[in-house]
Amino acid sequence: MIQEFKKVWKQYTIGMLWLLGLLWPLLGIHSDGTMTFQTTFTVWTYILAGSFVCLMIYVIKGSGSLKFVADPVSRAAGNIKTTSTALPTWIWLAAGLIVALIYPQFADRYGTDVAISVLLYICLGLGLNVVVGLAGMLDLGYIAFYGVGAYTYAILNTVYGLGFWVCLPLSALTACIAGCIVGYPTLRMRGDYLAIVTLGFGEIIRIILNNWMELTNGPNGILGIKSIGIFLPVFENGFTFEHFWMKKLQLFYYFALGLAIVAAICVHRLNFSRVGRAWESIREDETAAELMGVNTFIYKLLAYAIGAIFAGLAGAFFAARMRFVSPESFTFLESAMVLCMVVLGGMGSIPGIILGVAALIALPEVFRQFESYRMLIFGATMVIMMLFRPAGLIPAKRVGTRSEEKEG
Amino acid sequence: MEYFIQQLINGITLGGMYALIALGYTMVYGVIQLINFAHGEFFAAGGYVGAIALGYFSGIGYMETHPVICLTASFAMAMAYCAYLAVGVEKIAYKPLRKESRLAALLSALGMSIFLSNGLMLTQGVYDKIYPSELFQGRFDFGMVTISYLQIMIVSLTACLLVGLNLLVFKTKIGMAMRATAQDKTMSALVAIGSNRIISLTFAIGAGLACAAGIMYGLYYGSVRYDMGFVPGIKAFAAAVLGGIGNITGAMLGGLIIGMVEIFGAGYISGEYKDVFAFIILIGVLYFKPNGIMGENIDDTRV
Repeated sequence: MIQEFKKVWKQYTIGMLWLLGLLWPLLGIHSDGTMTFQTTFTVWTYILAGSFVCLMIYVIKGSGSLKFVADPVSRAAGNIKTTSTALPTWIWLAAGLIVALIYPQFADRYGTDVAISVLLYICLGLGLNVVVGLAGMLDLGYIAFYGVGAYTYAILNTVYGLGFWVCLPLSALTACIAGCIVGYPTLRMRGDYLAIVTLGFGEIIRIILNNWMELTNGPNGILGIKSIGIFLPVFENGFTFEHFWMKKLQLFYYFALGLAIVAAICVHRLNFSRVGRAWESIREDETAAELMGVNTFIYKLLAYAIGAIFAGLAGAFFAARMRFVSPESFTFLESAMVLCMVVLGGMGSIPGIILGVAALIALPEVFRQFESYRMLIFGATMVIMMLFRPAGLIPAKRVGTRSEEKEG
Repeated sequence: MEYFIQQLINGITLGGMYALIALGYTMVYGVIQLINFAHGEFFAAGGYVGAIALGYFSGIGYMETHPVICLTASFAMAMAYCAYLAVGVEKIAYKPLRKESRLAALLSALGMSIFLSNGLMLTQGVYDKIYPSELFQGRFDFGMVTISYLQIMIVSLTACLLVGLNLLVFKTKIGMAMRATAQDKTMSALVAIGSNRIISLTFAIGAGLACAAGIMYGLYYGSVRYDMGFVPGIKAFAAAVLGGIGNITGAMLGGLIIGMVEIFGAGYISGEYKDVFAFIILIGVLYFKPNGIMGENIDDTRV
């Protein structure tokens, strides 16, 4: 035990000294020929204090001194778990749905806006989850399909005047085609090559959006996209349907909620279907899957296409809500952010992804004053999750039982 | 014709930088089979530290009196800094994941890349950092073709570094140990080669080369930016793949080709789409010839 402590503290000391050496040239050397230590030391002390507290908690927990806190907590967690499994799932789902439905009645404009973002990213995260979590292919250009969907609606609406409901399936279709075009040449590649090629494709699509002035209006983006039109029954002068442009934020919220629910149901059904099992077998061992008669090529392409469809739907909604699209919304960082949500929540797990999205969209809104640290924390989150909890906050439930689980 | 030669010279300059970055990718891949996404960030960090060091020297007034010493010192300091950074990054983010799945290591590398580039942004600001421009003002004129002193410096320094790396890898004991580790970690451990140390060394050398490229990039284009590591990083990766990943000579050749293609593509086809050419080469090579032009992991040249 003592040995272990020594090891931890030694590593910690070395790491912190390393960090000090790393920070000083960046913060302490100035171009007017002076060297200072004050800023470096202040920043370093903050980091030192923060990580020291984390490490202390970790070490004390490891030694068992926190039993008086940890035991009741774990017992409570166990109780909650037994209660939650005792109640049928549909009760939880219904409760969640009711909360989601009445939420905009209690939230202000800003709260509803954040909630719409969360729902939009849930849709994106679930789509990416099909590719990364279920089929096990790392896709770093995912946001490009979102862009394709958004631009499809933007162009069809501003140039040809087509309405949202016609464009929604068309957006999904073009995104799906784009997914197949990207997927077809990349599917023979190994995991890490695939990642970088999809990244390349994502950048190509962004560059095209940025430079094809005639079609996309380049970096200026497309303005004046129409909102979603709906028919509402009106009871004045008898019974007629009247056409409204969706302006109220609540209506957007309900639409986004519908989209997210559809995505969640689709992904859930796919996960536990024959297709889902095929994806899982590809993820675990592609050669073995092929030997067992799984047509890996078709299933991988299908994963791409389905992921792209969700991104396309979300993209069309994004264009309709913002009423403006520009290539800046579809950069690599956006892809990385969606990926970070999926990784944080747990690859392949739907509640995990919802939690991950909520954490990464809502928490930055709460800590508004640390806005510039957002991406830094995202990056650190990804590394830390991979190091300590690679399966995510809520690990995915596997289909069926496995031999190793039965034994243990 | 003059235009062609001019573009050729520019292409060699740019290609040399890509080759330097690509070497880091290829060496790391050779040793631990990981695409080091954070490698582009070593390049950007190198550019920044070079700018800081040069700025410091011109601030205390040494720049006018001893420009060569200042430049050498800046390169040495920045390369040492990046090597130091890379060794730490490897220990934190990659070493614990060496036995895990490749997806985990790749995601960790990606997270590290985002973390480092944002760390640079927070410490150095979002705006471009300007390089001291009074260095290397002169140029040779051959009719229509001009070569600036800076280009000569960049090309010759790149050549020196590449030759030095080749000597290190193929002629010294350390290089032999690196090649042995790349081929078989267990076996090389049995003959008393510490694989952890060799992996750290590989990261350090790769980052040092990327850092040299970063300073050259800053001098050549006049400024550096916190997110500048991303696109050159992917292009250099394309170069490494083009040459056959894991193959040192291939990476050098691939870097030159990618640089040439970018410059000629921008000059003769379209300047707006210049970033696309490297990606198209990357996709094309991976589709038609995944082992690259020099072949992947040939026994002796693999590091």
